Amino acid sequence: MSDMPNTPTAVRGGGKAPVLTITDLHVYYGNIAAVKGISLEVFEGEIVTLIGANGAGKSTTMRTISGLLKPRKGEIVFEGEKVSGLRGNEVAARGIAQSPEGRRIFPRMTVLENLELGAFLRKDKAEIPVDMERVFELFPRLKERIAQKGGTLSGGEQQMLAMGRALMAQPRLLLLDEPSMGLAPVLVDVVFEIIERVNAQGTTILLVEQNALAALNIGDYAYVLETGHIGLQGPAADLADNEEVRNAYLGLA
Amino acid sequence: MAPSWGHPNLYLGEIFNMAAAGISAPQSQDAAIGQTGAAEFGAPKKYTTESIVGLAVLGLAIAWIIWSFASGPTLFLQVLTIGLSNGALYALIALGYTMVYGIIELINFAHGDLFMLGSVVGAIFLEQWVGQKSSSATAWLWLAATMIFAMAACALLNVVIEKLAYRRLRNAPKLAPLITAVGVSFILQNIGIQLNGSAPHSRSSVLPKTSISVGSIDIRIKYIVVVAVTIPLLLLMTWIVQKTRIGKAMRAAAQDRDASLLMGINVDRVISFTFALGGALAGAAGVLFVQVNEQTRYDAGFRLGLIAFTAAVLGGVGNLLGAVVGGVLIGVIQSLNDGAPHFLGQKWTQTVMFSILIIMVIFRPGGIFGANQQEKV
Repeated sequence: MSDMPNTPTAVRGGGKAPVLTITDLHVYYGNIAAVKGISLEVFEGEIVTLIGANGAGKSTTMRTISGLLKPRKGEIVFEGEKVSGLRGNEVAARGIAQSPEGRRIFPRMTVLENLELGAFLRKDKAEIPVDMERVFELFPRLKERIAQKGGTLSGGEQQMLAMGRALMAQPRLLLLDEPSMGLAPVLVDVVFEIIERVNAQGTTILLVEQNALAALNIGDYAYVLETGHIGLQGPAADLADNEEVRNAYLGLA
Repeated sequence: MAPSWGHPNLYLGEIFNMAAAGISAPQSQDAAIGQTGAAEFGAPKKYTTESIVGLAVLGLAIAWIIWSFASGPTLFLQVLTIGLSNGALYALIALGYTMVYGIIELINFAHGDLFMLGSVVGAIFLEQWVGQKSSSATAWLWLAATMIFAMAACALLNVVIEKLAYRRLRNAPKLAPLITAVGVSFILQNIGIQLNGSAPHSRSSVLPKTSISVGSIDIRIKYIVVVAVTIPLLLLMTWIVQKTRIGKAMRAAAQDRDASLLMGINVDRVISFTFALGGALAGAAGVLFVQVNEQTRYDAGFRLGLIAFTAAVLGGVGNLLGAVVGGVLIGVIQSLNDGAPHFLGQKWTQTVMFSILIIMVIFRPGGIFGANQQEKV
């Protein structure tokens, strides 16, 4: 299927074990297979991007990692511990936060309450305001809207809130599902810039995007999903140059 | 095609709208909860024939009440105090309906019967186990203990019911848990028959039978006690929901269950807690009901449950403040119609109450607080 050699994983992560390992993951909705045998790895400090067309299984993969869906087969291991089969709240407690597709902020809670819920599991209460300031630094707009109900925010502001809320959990792995969806082009650039900044501050990121070009530009390593399985993979920069990818996903024949 | 499985349609629709609009208009993600979407159609900005008729009905009702008050202020106010006391009980039960609906969108038809069991076990505890049948200081202390006992018993029972009957149906089509709730209702009624007998069982109240006079109005002590017990319970519940960690988790889970899981909220535990809270309030209502009415009956839950459900709809199902306001309103309407001058009299009370429900559903399907969404749990 792939006409490029798979980069050996030993090169990634400097010889350390991956933070997240997914092995032969199968996920079904009823009898319909959405994910059919995906394997992937995320190493510490990386931005790994998952690109692919609608219905390829990107969001399903993300929801399964977070424990919102149960895999029928396969395994997800995070920091050496099997997390597939755990419930969503238990996965979150292990240090995985997600900014989900469609943002899913709490519409009848204020920006402040939404951010506080992001830190729901944290024990270090004294540190929470410090992190909130950090989120406001990334997204000054949220500070202006602090007392506003989530449902009254614009799409871009909601996206910022969803990301900020996920950051409030101080995750060791941050899952971002379509952070640029529905945003004005100006905002898209801002969002990708922020993803890079968050990553530079030490958070490992798994990013799902339809905006393949931008995602490959900031990614370290990338996987291309095709109807439930991985078609191509490699260093993001290589994939961005790949003929097949350019044709199918970047519209740059 | 986007993967649509497992997402509520509305959610997908929203994404579609966003994509179409470039930047999304902020929309409530769970407009499906309650009939809030419909409420916007039911309460149009412009005056339509419907809204004019609705306002006319409301105006007529207010005029009628004023007429009644003017004809006999003493009787009117006296009846009103009974209404407030009944309304407090309805509010306590209605909260259980509304909280459960808010969090898992289930109309828990067994809730009225839970209230009934609360009244029965409370009465058994107070009369048979500790033998308190008349008013005394010791009896009041035991009444307080009875409250705690009945609240704990109903909370526990409600949690068990949720765990055994509703939990595994959480992702099933809506009709399945609904029918299950009807089944649970029958089971609870049969337990009621076992404990209480199939005929009404008369019980004795330990509250003083006297009244206190405020001006020319005589208010029975028992009605004052009901209100005096209900208000702190409501305040306590508000505090739990608004201020505590579990309360925050409840509100979050009511707004978006998946997102709550992503925050690390143990949604199963939050739902159990919601059932416990609703059950405890029903238990408290049961004990107070026996003190006021001096009888227990296995089918009390059906009537009271229906009235409390009406109250919840009146206030906007899923809305906490709405349930309280709706409960008090129904209680007052009921008592005014029963006893105040120029009203239709007791035999028409049910008709009046449920006509109000129908009118409400026609003109304001979202309930009193439906249009401007308040906090829902």
